[in-house]
Amino acid sequence: MAEYWFIADGFEERVRENLQSELEAEVDLDFGIPEKDFNTAGKGSSELKNLLKRLGVDSDILRRIAVASYEAEINVAAHSQGGVMKSAVYDDHIHVRFVDEGPGIADIEQAMVPGYSTADDLVRELGFGAGLGLPNIKKNSDAMHIVSEKGASTLLEFIIYFS
Amino acid sequence: MTLRDIVALLEAEVLYPEADLEREVPCAFASDMISDILMCTKEPTLLLTGLTNNQVIRLSDMIDLTGIVFVRGKKPLQDVIEMAEERGLPIISTKFTLYRCSGILFNAGLRSCKI
Repeated sequence: MAEYWFIADGFEERVRENLQSELEAEVDLDFGIPEKDFNTAGKGSSELKNLLKRLGVDSDILRRIAVASYEAEINVAAHSQGGVMKSAVYDDHIHVRFVDEGPGIADIEQAMVPGYSTADDLVRELGFGAGLGLPNIKKNSDAMHIVSEKGASTLLEFIIYFS
Repeated sequence: MTLRDIVALLEAEVLYPEADLEREVPCAFASDMISDILMCTKEPTLLLTGLTNNQVIRLSDMIDLTGIVFVRGKKPLQDVIEMAEERGLPIISTKFTLYRCSGILFNAGLRSCKI
């Protein structure tokens, strides 16, 4: 399996600790993401944002989480055979994982290049397929991790700190 | 500049009667690509677009939109209009092109949003 890591400068230690920790999340929120269902795609991210707003997360951080989550949710709906979005909210950060049913990303480095897109016509007609989905997730995250290969499922996860 | 001023400048149609037109609009952004819109808006922004599907309204759950101008005479379907209404998001439609709308609003003093 190919793997891609991004960790923002200064967050390496914190991210490592959080990933090794077995601390239970304060709130878990799971959503199914059906293939090519653009009526419901994005609802999970809306709900997540509403939850975090109620928990008092700062509005700039909230926007970053919502944008990263929405882009990832749309990616699963647009490019995979469906998947799930699992959010775990801790006292100082959020960890969101997207796991799909394949068919996988053939070249993750290529997919990270802004402007590169494999979106089909239906997806493009709706305004997606700018080739900015993964770069946008990276831009808004403190850490981002992708595990995938052609013919397999994809895991994309990101961590964003509340301060 | 308020949305009411923008409706007049763009000779636009307000798409549901209770839309709040007194809302102050500090800046604008124009694009037909959703990821562009998400990448470029960090402050309350008026969106000018030719996209009319429900995902455009859902964008306003993620980022702070003061309103949406549908250009080139486009109008969303009723269920999309209702989605905007539920969110209290003002939406208007104009026959002008995206380029023309941007020029008119820029000349009237509406700045580009910070990116």
